[in-house]
Amino acid sequence: VATAAGVFTNTVFGLILVYTYLALWDERPHLGGYDQAQAVSFVWLGQALYATLAIQGGGFETELMERIRTGDVAIDLYRPVDLQLWWLAHDLGRALFQLVGRGVIPFAFGALVFPTALPDDPVTWLAFLVAVVLAMIVSFGIRFLVALSGFWLLDGTGALQAMVVTGIFCSGMTLPLNAFPGPLGEVVRALPWAAQLQMPADLLMGETGPLSAFAFQAVWAVALLAAGRLLQGAATRRVVVQGG
Amino acid sequence: VREGLRAYRLISAMWIRSTLAYRVSFAMTVFGTLLVTGLDFVAILLMFSQVDVLGGYTLPEVAFLYGLSATAFGIADLTIGSAGRLGSRVRDGTLDTLLVRPAPVLAQVAADRFALRRLGRITQGALVLGWSLVALDIDWTPGRVLMVPVTLLCGGAIFSAVFVAGAAFQFVAQDASEVQSAFTYGGQTLLQYPPTVFGRELVRGVTFVFPVAFVNWVPASYVLGRPYPLGLPRWAAFTSPLVALACCALAGLAWRTGLRSYRSTGS
Repeated sequence: VATAAGVFTNTVFGLILVYTYLALWDERPHLGGYDQAQAVSFVWLGQALYATLAIQGGGFETELMERIRTGDVAIDLYRPVDLQLWWLAHDLGRALFQLVGRGVIPFAFGALVFPTALPDDPVTWLAFLVAVVLAMIVSFGIRFLVALSGFWLLDGTGALQAMVVTGIFCSGMTLPLNAFPGPLGEVVRALPWAAQLQMPADLLMGETGPLSAFAFQAVWAVALLAAGRLLQGAATRRVVVQGG
Repeated sequence: VREGLRAYRLISAMWIRSTLAYRVSFAMTVFGTLLVTGLDFVAILLMFSQVDVLGGYTLPEVAFLYGLSATAFGIADLTIGSAGRLGSRVRDGTLDTLLVRPAPVLAQVAADRFALRRLGRITQGALVLGWSLVALDIDWTPGRVLMVPVTLLCGGAIFSAVFVAGAAFQFVAQDASEVQSAFTYGGQTLLQYPPTVFGRELVRGVTFVFPVAFVNWVPASYVLGRPYPLGLPRWAAFTSPLVALACCALAGLAWRTGLRSYRSTGS
């Protein structure tokens, strides 16, 4: 039931955004290099990937933070598997389920009701799927860093809130990143959030080649995972785990 | 009703005291809420950095719509938004505790975890509204001046009715807080943009079926002196209080039905 409810919500928000974008692109055709059909496709891609990429949180990070706060994380560190890989596997599973469960229906609805700019060649779709998986890893990398901040901050509400704000804004959920004006646009397009929604969308609509998209995403994925590893090392060496 | 208001006041006062126990944390969360809710206005600003008009409306006009909708929504969210968490209470059975207390359940549910931080949303909406009133060039007649506070109150009442109806729906659906947010947050987002942007069917739907258009679109078109897309007569703007009243009555009915049909989870 929760999944069905989520699908409904994504569809409603998608509708609202589509109409505003249509008005915006009506006023300024080719804003950010997109035409209307591409802007519409971008909306539905965003709604479809919203839950998968946990842009508004809702992945593993709240659970991990809670385990850090209660000290249960000590048990996780005992396990004969690596903490980061454990949660990565956990989160990829969730993301894949939500891609199918929450992504397909809003996307199909959008593609049927509005004119969209989707390719019909299967290779592009395959490349798109690869980009989505890379986006999932980047998304995990960001949220893993935020969750680990719990070792020092203990209460993660503020960090989570900051993550949601930057996530929604910098991933292009409110406005595609290529429509951001001037230097602000250049900055957000270089940040890791651009690897989440903008890259797969641009790839699917032929705005960018697969190799440069993959490279951008992979660089951020590796950098974030490495940073997570360093932070995890620092946390396990230096921080005393909560407990009683 | 008196008893309900008293219970509501007591419970919310308790939650306010408990939040104010950690003042810094409270100040930070209010500020955080203000930032989060401010983001959708930043998105509008970004759009207007690329265009001069959206759907024929200028930036101050859109800001006026946004301010009305956000403030009205903030009022409803502050007073009754906690009712959205009813679903989890139904699921884990803690609603039973509320049922045995000698106070109306609706008052208890609405005041449950009363979140004063939601003042952040009202503040942010009011700031945008204030700016738009300064920036707009309106020929202020007494009717138009009066329309602004009346609109805020009626809008708050309409959104409150949506919250209560959504809570009533959760008696049946249990895990459907997301459907509720489609109507509450979705409605609020919709109203931030001019009605001319949207398809005719959608505008018709939110005017006559799910009448959130009376939160700001209809009254604002009167204040701004613009024709409403559906060709509603000008006096329609003055029917907002009636619409609000009807919404509240329907929501109350839905709530009663929902509460009657409630069966505890059992053990």
